[in-house]
Amino acid sequence: MGNGTSIGRVRGLGSSHHGTRHFLASRLSAAGNLVLIPYLAISLLLLPLHDYATVHTWLAQPVAATALVLLFINTVWHARLGVQVMLEDYVHGGAGKIAVWLLITVVPVAAAAFGVICVIRIALGGV
Amino acid sequence: MAQAHRDRPLSPHLQIWRWGPAMLVSILHRVTGNGLAFAGLGLLLWWVGAIAGGEASYQTFLAYVWTGTGGGLAGWTALLGKVVLIGLTWAFFQHLATGLRHFVLDIGAGYELSANARWSVLTLVFSLAGTALVWAYLLTAR
Repeated sequence: MGNGTSIGRVRGLGSSHHGTRHFLASRLSAAGNLVLIPYLAISLLLLPLHDYATVHTWLAQPVAATALVLLFINTVWHARLGVQVMLEDYVHGGAGKIAVWLLITVVPVAAAAFGVICVIRIALGGV
Repeated sequence: MAQAHRDRPLSPHLQIWRWGPAMLVSILHRVTGNGLAFAGLGLLLWWVGAIAGGEASYQTFLAYVWTGTGGGLAGWTALLGKVVLIGLTWAFFQHLATGLRHFVLDIGAGYELSANARWSVLTLVFSLAGTALVWAYLLTAR
């Protein structure tokens, strides 16, 4: 652990002072999920899910498409924050820590981008 | 100062403590959250990608996750898909309930031992009831 000296800070030990933002972001995105996921779940439960045309037509509507774009950004953000906490507890150093930090920096952005691009294509790409 | 023993345990671990409801729902919050993050979001992205890909790719998604149409590998993964979907439904309700429990704990309430244990048990009841209701609706009402 860092002892608060200058060299300790250079080595990246001790608090990074990002904890409060992480804590609040986790709660705020949880509140967003509380609205968005029930919207998706209830909408889907009311549709015949095996029917491509029905699902596609529903998702192509502006409100549903907007909700899904927000859902992908919000769930991925919330998941990234939570997975980070899990990794901080179990992966402590060396190459493994560098690898997981690269993964939780890159993979969530790629996942959200894919989800958003898919919804845009469904909404704007015609049948 | 004497050198600390390297193999010394850092703290009493899982096998030392007597398990209680709060410990169980605490670890379940982490397990369900990570399950939803990897399996849940993975499946959701596959689903939306399949819809964006057109009718044929959506039918492929359905075959592998639910119907097993075409047999072979899809027959097996469709079996697994149902287990995963029921598991994800439970994980969602459990993570939702323990997440709400965290909101209550965040404002400093619910730390009395009996109240803490009671609300912990209620999250388990909620998630099982929610899962049962959703799948009863999915499998019978339509």
